[in-house]
Amino acid sequence: MTFLSEITAIQNIIYIFSSILFITGIKMLGKEDTAVKGNFFSALAMFVAVSITLIDVVNPIVLLSGIALGAVIGSFIALKVKMTSIPEMVALFNGFGGLATFLIAWSEFNSVPENLFQHILVMTTLYIGGVTFTGSLVAYAKLSEKIKIAKTSIITKIFTTIFYISLPFLLYSIFVTPFMVTSFDFFTVLLILTLLGGIGFVLPIGGGDMPVVISLLNSFSGIAAAFAGLLLLNNVLIVAGSLVGASGLILTVIMAKAMNRSISNILFVGYASSSASSSSSEEQGEVSPISVSDAYLILESASSVLIIPGYGMAVAQAQHVVRELGELLEDNGTEVKYGIHPVAGRMPGHMNVLLAEANVPYDVLAEPDDVNPTMDAVDVAVVIGANDVVNPSATEEPGSPIYGMPIIEVHNAKTVFVLKRSMSSGFAGVQNPLFFKQNTRMLFGDAKESIGGLVSEFKD
Amino acid sequence: METYILLGFVLILSIYLGLELIAKVPSTLHTPLMSGANAISGIALVGALILSRDSDLQNTIAFFAVTFASINVFGGYLVTNRMLKMFKKK
Repeated sequence: MTFLSEITAIQNIIYIFSSILFITGIKMLGKEDTAVKGNFFSALAMFVAVSITLIDVVNPIVLLSGIALGAVIGSFIALKVKMTSIPEMVALFNGFGGLATFLIAWSEFNSVPENLFQHILVMTTLYIGGVTFTGSLVAYAKLSEKIKIAKTSIITKIFTTIFYISLPFLLYSIFVTPFMVTSFDFFTVLLILTLLGGIGFVLPIGGGDMPVVISLLNSFSGIAAAFAGLLLLNNVLIVAGSLVGASGLILTVIMAKAMNRSISNILFVGYASSSASSSSSEEQGEVSPISVSDAYLILESASSVLIIPGYGMAVAQAQHVVRELGELLEDNGTEVKYGIHPVAGRMPGHMNVLLAEANVPYDVLAEPDDVNPTMDAVDVAVVIGANDVVNPSATEEPGSPIYGMPIIEVHNAKTVFVLKRSMSSGFAGVQNPLFFKQNTRMLFGDAKESIGGLVSEFKD
Repeated sequence: METYILLGFVLILSIYLGLELIAKVPSTLHTPLMSGANAISGIALVGALILSRDSDLQNTIAFFAVTFASINVFGGYLVTNRMLKMFKKK
């Protein structure tokens, strides 16, 4: 055994150890009590894998400076970012991971693939990595509201078309180019189409569907890393990448189920085409507004209150006053719970993070299945900036575009307060009959101000 | 070819393992799980480190791959940790 192959053997053994740590880490990350430790284990796994790889690299100084540069930038962003900006942050980091695999595939292409299988892997890894990269950047820009381009605009259409062109071109690159000499530089064309196609993949997807897209891109970045592992014959890349791919996939499925839509419907159809048919069934009627002081009187005598936050709470930055209201209610002897719909907000679990930031303990956060059966015992359900996830059309109107979507059935509570800026409809563009129900009271205005008003009423 | 079949075997088993491990994650943890998984996908860093360097172009590509993967790794783990620290029981 030569010295070099001995090092490779040792590295491979350490990679096994690191893979086990990754598996343990991600398992622990899935439970509340062990999550912090799980994240630490997976970071440790990464540290071990990277360190053992570094011992025989060709030019350690260049690479270490790359790592150091990335460490400084990454840490800076991670420690500075506000909790409300987490969705776009995750999207951005995800994009960088995708870019790294894209570059790996690019570099491997230049070292001339040996066989057809390698060629296929290079093209596929390049494509998934590239789409993850630019797709995540668009998701980042959309979430941080740096770009606002309508689904119907010509720019969206151009990029979407490029995305659809890029798919057959990928197949062409995989299956035709190895056997035929092409008259043009097909690889450069593929690079460009991939990057532009990624933009076209995410650009038409609306804000309320973002949880699905982010989960999917997350899954892609893992799959791309696993493919890069196949390409480089590296076990730890395959294991870690697959774990990420699987977790992203699970989240994607959970999100799609929570909207009762198929993944392809979310990605390629969207709500816009289906919502036109629903306008006929619009149920109009009188809405009953309520003032802050009247709302206070009802809340004060309530013995159980359920708070349902939505994206509007995030926009209004109302999570801190909401927590304060919850605490005041509890001091008043009221039982307070939070009903969190899986797709409320712009990423999976968005509401949970916001409320955790405001110091709401996670054991009072309940899922729809937990709160729906006991809904008629709830005195007041307070809906803060949520709309589609409490829309009773989902259970009552078979013609509605959101029919069948699991919702939080607040309309079964004794009284419902809906905090809203105006009467506009939610992301799905569907009118919400909840607003016209007998037991619903509308509290118009900015959520933060309204709740703040309630809080000061309680304090007086 | 045999190597690829073996590695493909590892790939399939790992995906299956991942699906089994994370199937029942509480919705409280959706965001941290995603951001933690995102940090793990920075494992591409290991791939970027072992890239072959036959040309200047490849050298440059490797450097950028390492840098971006490293942003993903450090940013991802730190932000996940920050988030998880906020989750408290009553």
